[in-house]
Amino acid sequence: MAAVARPAHVRGGGGTWRLVLLAVVGIYFAVPFVSALRYALQSDTGSYTVSAFSGIAGQSGFGDAFGLSLRLAVLTTVLTLVLMVPTAVYVHLRAPGLRRLFDGVTLLPVVIPPVVLIIGVLDVAPPALKATPYLLALEYVVLAMPFAYRSLDAGLRAIDVRTLFDASRSLGGGPLQTLLQVLIPNLRSAVLSATVLTVALVLGEYTMASLDQYQTFPVWIVNFDQDNSHVSVAASFLALAVTWILLLGLTAFDTKGSAEAGVG
Amino acid sequence: MATETSGGASVQLVELHRRFGATKALDGLSLDIASGELVALLGPSGCGKTTALRVLAGFERQDHGAVVVDGKDVTGVAPQKRDMGMVFQSYSLFPNLIALDNVAFGLRMRGMGTRTRRQRATELMEMVGLADRGGQYPHQLSGGQQQRVALARALAIQPRVLLLDEPLSALDAQVRLGLREQIRLLQHRLGTTTVFVTHDQEEALSMADRVCVMRNGQIEQVATPEHLYGQPETAFVAEFVGTMNRVPGHIDGDTVQVLGRRLPVRNPDGHARGSLVDVLLRPENLTLQGGGSGSSRVLSKAFLGSVSRVVVQLAGETTVKIDLASEAAAGLSAGDQVDVSAQDAEVMIAEARSAETGNGSTGAGAGGGR
Repeated sequence: MAAVARPAHVRGGGGTWRLVLLAVVGIYFAVPFVSALRYALQSDTGSYTVSAFSGIAGQSGFGDAFGLSLRLAVLTTVLTLVLMVPTAVYVHLRAPGLRRLFDGVTLLPVVIPPVVLIIGVLDVAPPALKATPYLLALEYVVLAMPFAYRSLDAGLRAIDVRTLFDASRSLGGGPLQTLLQVLIPNLRSAVLSATVLTVALVLGEYTMASLDQYQTFPVWIVNFDQDNSHVSVAASFLALAVTWILLLGLTAFDTKGSAEAGVG
Repeated sequence: MATETSGGASVQLVELHRRFGATKALDGLSLDIASGELVALLGPSGCGKTTALRVLAGFERQDHGAVVVDGKDVTGVAPQKRDMGMVFQSYSLFPNLIALDNVAFGLRMRGMGTRTRRQRATELMEMVGLADRGGQYPHQLSGGQQQRVALARALAIQPRVLLLDEPLSALDAQVRLGLREQIRLLQHRLGTTTVFVTHDQEEALSMADRVCVMRNGQIEQVATPEHLYGQPETAFVAEFVGTMNRVPGHIDGDTVQVLGRRLPVRNPDGHARGSLVDVLLRPENLTLQGGGSGSSRVLSKAFLGSVSRVVVQLAGETTVKIDLASEAAAGLSAGDQVDVSAQDAEVMIAEARSAETGNGSTGAGAGGGR
């Protein structure tokens, strides 16, 4: 940022600063990543092998844990979008005065520690719900709310919601048709980024799952670490890589779509 | 062409009231619009004209009063059920759809099959002269083209009423003139009842069958452009429509003493005998005689074709604009001493203001931002 904000007459030095900045940030993110990869590829004797990776799928509990996390990710994302897209649109159209309030309220899950949240939830949740791991999805919706809301809010600010909404209605579009056929297609990148953030959050959440005593993927990694730390690190490395690839894929898809639709 | 048949509904706005907090956006507005008529709602920003249009469209709900279309009260009817095509001030095309699909959108909402609606949309794109642009996205079109597509989109549903909310105000002058004519021609041909909101008096006068001048949520006057210009009922209308000079004068019952003449006053009420008022005089109702000895001085002259507009400083601080036939103005140049006189005709008067502002001429309503 510092390099970008420099006034024009010193921009000549900006290139160097940018490189330095990029290098520092790059190292900061790359070191743990590379270390994890190196550790996962090492055997106990110090020689290099891919057995930790090839063995992941066969480890006891992996399939169940990963499957559960994927199902939770899908469920959480769907619930989050179904809740947050109409809400964000409503606030923009009908209650712009409440925008500030919503900015604050949607931040609460970040401010309140998950441990506090989970104790509250376990206190009030009906037993039938407590007996299923899908209670976690409901909790994750709350955790994902700040990120999802902010993405959608930014997307809505970038388009003229009021005019598009009115135009669609004057042409005969009902509120739901307008939402699905006009607003959401024009909020695609915002919806995608809300999705990516939600999925990443679910695939990495440990505290709530472990307190609820469900074996999600992150919980499995931690538990399995005690048996075979190489495999466990390999699994978490893979999870990270998958999330990244997902993110890159969605971004590429979005850029391509935007270029076609001209909303980029 | 299938689009020739839309016809038009009659519209009645009955005693509309709408309040936003402390502001009365509509304060008892009533207006009858005949089938096929093009009515312009004209007024300065904040006069309630856009609110009136949005209430008619169903986007806003009035606090009191009724919106009647073809004899039926549509107050409780949702906007998507009112069959009113609308063109907006800001570009309102759906960015994710090509022009043709934008035009076909309303037909899709009505459940028309893909082939029929593509065909109809193509016809409409031809009608607005953009047959070859159907495959382009809104961002690939110029502002004027976007508004033409928006017009085609609004007309595609064969609306009972066409609503235009300052559709030309974001465009540059040249494009605006062309589109103005195109809208008028199409409206004539289709006979669609049309309500046009604008703050540009020239636009209103040149396009509308009748112009409704609004101020503070109320109607000042509804009349044909000619009538409005020639026989304004209030000083506000007189000044808002066309160019108007303010010249100080003394009221004397039903007449006013101005520029050495006694002229009949159309609105003499509320002014004490002998009090100082401003007399409203059109540039074409003033004339001047040269000759070197006059008490007024020519400041500048602009050649406008058959007429020339001469700006003259009267004795004192007041300046006026005078339109003269260009031949008559040919001999004048800045600095000439002249005598200014008014034609013998009925005049409007307004509260004296010229003494304070030091400038007697008020510009037309055109050009003010929203």
